[in-house]
This record gives sequence, structure tokens and C-alpha cells, in this order.
Amino acid sequence: MRRFSWLYVPAGLTYVFLYLPIVVLVIMSFNAADTPYRWDGFDTAWYGRLFADRAVREGLVNTLVVAAGATALSTVLGTLLAVGLARHTRSKLLDAIAVAPAVLPDIVLAIGLLAFYTAVQFTLGLHSILLAHTVFGTAFVAAVVRTRLAHVDGSLEEASRDLGATALQTFVRITLPSLAPGIIAGALLAFSLSLDEFVIAFFTAGPQDPTLPIVIYSMVRFGVTPEINALATLLLAVSFTFVIAAQRLSRLTESL
Amino acid sequence: MSDHHAGEPLVSIRSVSRRFGDVQALDQVSLEIRQGEFFALLGPSGCGKTTLLRILAGFEHPDSGSVTLDGTDLLGVAPHRRPVNLMFQSYALFPHMTVARNIAYGLERERLPRHEIRERVDEVLATVGLTGLARRRPHQLSGGQRQRVALARAIVKRPRLLLLDEPLSALDKKVRAEMQLELKRLQHEVGITFVVVTHDQEEAMSLADRIAVLSEGRVRQVDAPVPLYERPADLFVADFIGANNLIAGVVTADGLRVPDVGVLPCPAAPDAVGAAATVAIRPERVRLGVDGGLVGVVRDVTFFGGTTRVAVDVAGLDRPLLATVAGAASVALGDKTRVDWAGADAVLLDGA
Repeated sequence: MRRFSWLYVPAGLTYVFLYLPIVVLVIMSFNAADTPYRWDGFDTAWYGRLFADRAVREGLVNTLVVAAGATALSTVLGTLLAVGLARHTRSKLLDAIAVAPAVLPDIVLAIGLLAFYTAVQFTLGLHSILLAHTVFGTAFVAAVVRTRLAHVDGSLEEASRDLGATALQTFVRITLPSLAPGIIAGALLAFSLSLDEFVIAFFTAGPQDPTLPIVIYSMVRFGVTPEINALATLLLAVSFTFVIAAQRLSRLTESL
Repeated sequence: MSDHHAGEPLVSIRSVSRRFGDVQALDQVSLEIRQGEFFALLGPSGCGKTTLLRILAGFEHPDSGSVTLDGTDLLGVAPHRRPVNLMFQSYALFPHMTVARNIAYGLERERLPRHEIRERVDEVLATVGLTGLARRRPHQLSGGQRQRVALARAIVKRPRLLLLDEPLSALDKKVRAEMQLELKRLQHEVGITFVVVTHDQEEAMSLADRIAVLSEGRVRQVDAPVPLYERPADLFVADFIGANNLIAGVVTADGLRVPDVGVLPCPAAPDAVGAAATVAIRPERVRLGVDGGLVGVVRDVTFFGGTTRVAVDVAGLDRPLLATVAGAASVALGDKTRVDWAGADAVLLDGA
């Protein structure tokens, strides 16, 4: 048995600080009362109200369209970018620039994208959000796939060529499968990031078709309702699932 | 792959050079590799042996020179079209495929009918002694087993030439000895010409029919193991292969004159009188405790079981003379002893 150490106290408090608001949120989403000052018993009515709300439903569909599209695009682009960077350049600068959109402040990316869209007179709508999300999604996928590439024996591709495979056959049959855990992890990450992304979506959205986070934002302006709590809880569940799945796959990556 | 080809040149490498920046990896290398032989490229790291191997496999191109296989040009052929297969040092087994799928991979690229692929995979699995492991993944195998898979994957293609990159280096000592025998047996059985690249002279000596010793991108000597050991062509080979006593001096009519030491026995070289030369004498050819010869003091005695290595300090020589004797030594540390050898047992090499 390990003995009690006083270090557990600040550690415990830190976790409480981190997770208490989320726990409160989840509990309140099941509160029968419509105010957080009172507990009227367990109730799932807010979830029912939520699904009856047209704005929320449409927002959810928009978000899924954006997330799915951005994930598909960034997975393809990010994977190719990672392979290209690893195989065809030694430039540290190109490497750094490729991953930069992942660490850039959202607001900078958002203003930049809006300025760019305006400059080229691009109409705003779901497609502009989708492309904007592809920008940072690509960076995340590239970063994850790069890590995976470092774990893959470079002579696998030569072995494939040696055994009679063309360059294309080698890419499809050897390179892609050995990167698969990284690619899937990157895709899951890109998807969950797009799902709850607000700042960039807010800046690059058109007058119609808001994504779910924008819908929530407009709802919150009139006060936090338990309905919002329910929605946030659902988003939380989805995000957690995806992030954990992504982490599992990255760990799988290292054991192979 | 029938016997009547045996001994004919299969691969001709002519004046191949390759430079990487400031490093001359290969410098005018010419070699003939015969049909059906087990050939070794031996040299210290950085001698160019791996570059030559990669040129044969098609992953590297020489700056100049030609390589032919069966008399036809090989350099213009893409790696995946060459009748040459490489067993990688890391084995490079595909981690996402089973053993059987790894081995079948090369045959599938040839678009062979399925039943033939299955037959040949089963056959080669039996040859390398891995029947029953077909459905395993590479990470479920031991080092020795992985190597067998890598070997099976390469020979199942029935290449004209099989290249092996440091085949035993990743194995522990016991498995090494086993695989060494196994490789020789297999080479005999499948009749494929093997070219092995290694920095380990024991590996090369025990495996190969002929060895090319490379140093700094140049071929120093090509010979069978025994002549290579007994008749090294130059100082580098004499020093690199096995243990050797190397003593520099000047050739005279009756031996090699070494300042402050005397005239040492060496093969007669009437044409070389007056030239600087080095005598190379193997420790097992040095006789201890005889009449005549040089006087020295025993500095070190190392017992290896079957043999004993004795180091003798001789005044005037900068390195102690090594002598290997059978069984236990008759001399002890600090003893004064005489060392001698027959001139015919020594090799006289140009230069000091």
C-alpha cells in the first residue's frame, strides 16, 4: 500500500477545479426544474425539448455536414502532406509551417480566413466553414500521421518494390496500411475538433445555416436554459468518445 | 538453375563508381559473381559494400560503370522488374500481414494463379521450417523466425540473385550459429546465387565460397576464404582478416631487416631487395620456446580452452608479438622466451 502524501491534496483540488463545472453541467441537464437554484428530481425532459427544437436540429445537421466534409478533405490532404514532408524534403521550415495552423490562435485564423474570403469574393455559407475547418484539420492530421511515420520502418516500401510492386501498389498496399492507425486517429481528431469549433465557424459562416455551436451561442444570449445543458452534455459525450478513440489508436501505433 | 551453369559468371560489375558528396562510396569497382556461388562482400562500415548491394537491388544508381546479369544490362531495369531479391537487415516484414501473406506478396505481384501461390508458399514454409506459423503476424515471431520469413519471402520469387544485407547481425549468438548452417543448406538446396554483405569476417568466412574485401570504396582482394586468410594481397586485408603480426622493415637477401630487432624470416623476394615491406605472420604460425629467433618477455597469457594466446614483448617492436598455441601454454607471465617462425609461413607485403 502506498502511504498518504499531502501532494494528493493539491492534485485532487486541481481535478475538482477542472471537472466540477462539467459535472454540474451534466447533472443540471437532468434537473426537472428550469433553474439551477433548485433540484426538482431527475428528468430527461430537456433532452426531449432539445430534439423538438428545429434550430438545434438544423444546427446539428449543419455541424455534421461541415465536420464530415472537413474531416474527409483534411484526412486526404494531411496524409499526403505528411508522407510528402517525410519523404521528399529535409526542410525544417516546411515542416513547421505545415503544422502551424494547428497551434495558431483560432481568432487569427478566423480573421485571416474571413479577410481572404472577402478579398476573393467567396460567398459565405456551409462550404466556407467546411474549407476553414479543413485548414486546421489538415494540420492536425499531418502532425499525427508524421508521428506514425517515424515509427514505420522505411525499408518496408523498398521491400515492396523489391518484391515486384509498382510505386502505386506499394503506396496502397504497404504505406497506407502501415499508416492506418495514424490516419484514423488524425481523422477522429479533426472530426471532434470541427464538431465544437466556434470562433472560426462564427467568422466564416454565412447569414443562413449556422453550425451547432453558433446556434448554442445565440440561445445563450438569452440566458442558459437546461436545454443548453442537455445539448452540451451530448456534445461532451461525442467529443470524449472521439478523443479517447484517437488516443487508443495512437497508442496502438506505438506498439506495432 | 541447373548444374551445367555452375561456375559461369552470372553478374558482371565493371568499373562501378558512386560518390555521395565528398565521400567516394565506390571507386572503379569490378567484380564477377558466378552462377550458383555464395559470394560475400566484406568490409568495415563505410567501405561501400551496402551501396554496391543497393545498386544490385536497384535502389541506388552508380555514377559510372555497368552491371550486367546473364549478359544483359541490369541498371536500366526498375527494382520491381529485376530478377533480384533483397533480404533486408531489418527484415522489413509487413507488420499488417500474416506470415503467409508476407510470403505471397511477391507472387501476387506476378499475378500467378491462386492455387500456385498457395502451393509455393506452403512449399517455401516447409523449406525454411515454418510450417504451422503461416497465420502468425510478424510481431508474434522470434528473431530467428522473422529472419526465416524474410528469407522465405525472398526465395519464393525464385530470383536469379539473392542479396542478403547483414543477415545474422540482428540475431543472438546461439541463433546465429544455427542460421549460419541453415543459410548454407538453403543456398545449396534452392541453387540460387547468394550475395551477402557483412562487416563480420567470421560470418563471411564461414558462409561464402568467395569473398570480396572492400575498403574505402575499392576492392582489395577477391578470393576463397582459405587463400584470403593465408595469402592476403595487401596490408589492409592482412590486418582486417583474422589476427596477424605485422612488422615493417626493409627487404634483404635473407629476410626482412627491422631496425633494432634484426633480420626476420620471410619468403625470399630477390626482386624486392632494398624495398620497404611488411611481414605478416599469423599467431598460430609463431613458435614459442624454440632455439634461435627473437628474445622476448611474456606479457599476457589468455586461455581460450582449445588454444592459448600468448603476447610477447620484443625489444624494438612497438606491438607485442602474438602467438597461439594448442592447449595450455608452457610459459607464464614474465617468463623470458624465444619466438620464431618459418619464412615460408610468413607473407611479405608491399609498403610499411
